[in-house]
Amino acid sequence: MPAAEPTGFDLERRYALHPQVAVRPEPFGALLYHFGTRRLSFLKDPRLLEVVRRLADAPTAHAACTAAGVSEAELDRFARALATLAETDMLEVA
Amino acid sequence: MRLVDQFERGLDAPICLTWELTYACNLACAHCLSSSGRRDPRELSTVEAKAVVDELARMQVFYVNIGGGEPTVRPDFWELVDYATAHRVGVKFSTNGVRITPEVAARLAASDYVDVQISLDGATAEVNDAVRGVGSYATALRAMDNLHTAGMRGFKISVVCTRHNVDQLDAFKALADRLGGQLRLTRLRPSGRGADVWDELHLLPGQQRQLYDWLVEHGEGVLTGDSFFHLAAYGSALPGLNLCGAGRVVCLIDPVGDVYACPFAIHESFLAGNVRSPGGFGGVWRTSELFRSLREPQSAGACGSCGAYDACRGGCMAAKFFTGLPLDGPDPECVIGHGATALSTVDRHGAPRPAGDHSHTSGVRGGPVPVTIGRHPPEHACDESPLAGIGAGP
Repeated sequence: MPAAEPTGFDLERRYALHPQVAVRPEPFGALLYHFGTRRLSFLKDPRLLEVVRRLADAPTAHAACTAAGVSEAELDRFARALATLAETDMLEVA
Repeated sequence: MRLVDQFERGLDAPICLTWELTYACNLACAHCLSSSGRRDPRELSTVEAKAVVDELARMQVFYVNIGGGEPTVRPDFWELVDYATAHRVGVKFSTNGVRITPEVAARLAASDYVDVQISLDGATAEVNDAVRGVGSYATALRAMDNLHTAGMRGFKISVVCTRHNVDQLDAFKALADRLGGQLRLTRLRPSGRGADVWDELHLLPGQQRQLYDWLVEHGEGVLTGDSFFHLAAYGSALPGLNLCGAGRVVCLIDPVGDVYACPFAIHESFLAGNVRSPGGFGGVWRTSELFRSLREPQSAGACGSCGAYDACRGGCMAAKFFTGLPLDGPDPECVIGHGATALSTVDRHGAPRPAGDHSHTSGVRGGPVPVTIGRHPPEHACDESPLAGIGAGP
């Protein structure tokens, strides 16, 4: 996957997993599979999985990160990961 | 730990797997990796196949690569496809196109959960039919035209790279672009009937370099099923995970329910169990001694002192096995040339023979003519290390 430019992704908006995405937890994090685009993706951090799971119920992506215990110092890294997921249609604006 | 290391230790369930539904096939391709032709009377029944789907759904196997044989000749093929997708097990199936009518194409175009790949081993009828049999090029093209007309986008055109079609890569790509498909290139393995024709068909050293350069140039726009990771020794890795997923993240279920480490290794040495056993597929995946051993760190053996080992990981287990080479040594197509050296000293006649030949006993009409190549035509390039098209996301 090309390096993601976090364009179009906004931490202050609410996101959710695309309905055609399946999530399989793994010891390293999780596997994501999109049945529409047929793309596989990896979450290489269990906390990122926790963030993704909380997205739909949080008012913003930022709030989901905070609820999952992501510190402000780590926020950029998690935002980039979420942006990549959004760009590949794994996430959508809710 | 790097993700690739994690995968080499195996996952609780495959990411995807190859499932050959039948050994029956209307063709008799010379390089068929499952030596298909005739149906086996012991093939899984509809009820048994649905039970396998139930289990795959429980294990969250995202999708199956269905092959054969020619899977669409099974009378319950569509019933099984519908059953799988209804249980959120995606289906990608390999076909020679014989049943892809306009009606079927319309149905495929309407489904998000079913993908199709048409096998084509030449960009011209001459090159294709020499391996796959007379008329098989026309059949594949008709199928692709039907898919295109129905509005299906992104179907796969699956090509096994050979000495005779490697100069046609641009033509394959142009064909895929014209029809709205995506090109998928895979490696010829000496598996099944492929063992009989491998010496005549596998890429020459210069052609391997040519293929590698072409793949680098085309990047993620061309799929490879991760099957060329041995070429990573030329330099940078190709897109994909670049590892052997056998028994770790992929496997094969054959038509009679036998579970093998990978689609290219149909031999008792790589047989892990059968889905009809009490523990079912999950039991085989989790507890097979073979799979456990594959998930242990593997010895680099004779490759241990080679600077390229980290890139190529010693290459393909099945390619070594069926050419009679030791598993802890170079791939027969090692780009540095160690494989050629090893092949020149090994007793090729002593190489293990692929198991379970279901070839047509008297050939098929229009089957490949053994003028320049082998005897029978092959079907399907099911392979699919499931790692094709992956994005190594966050």
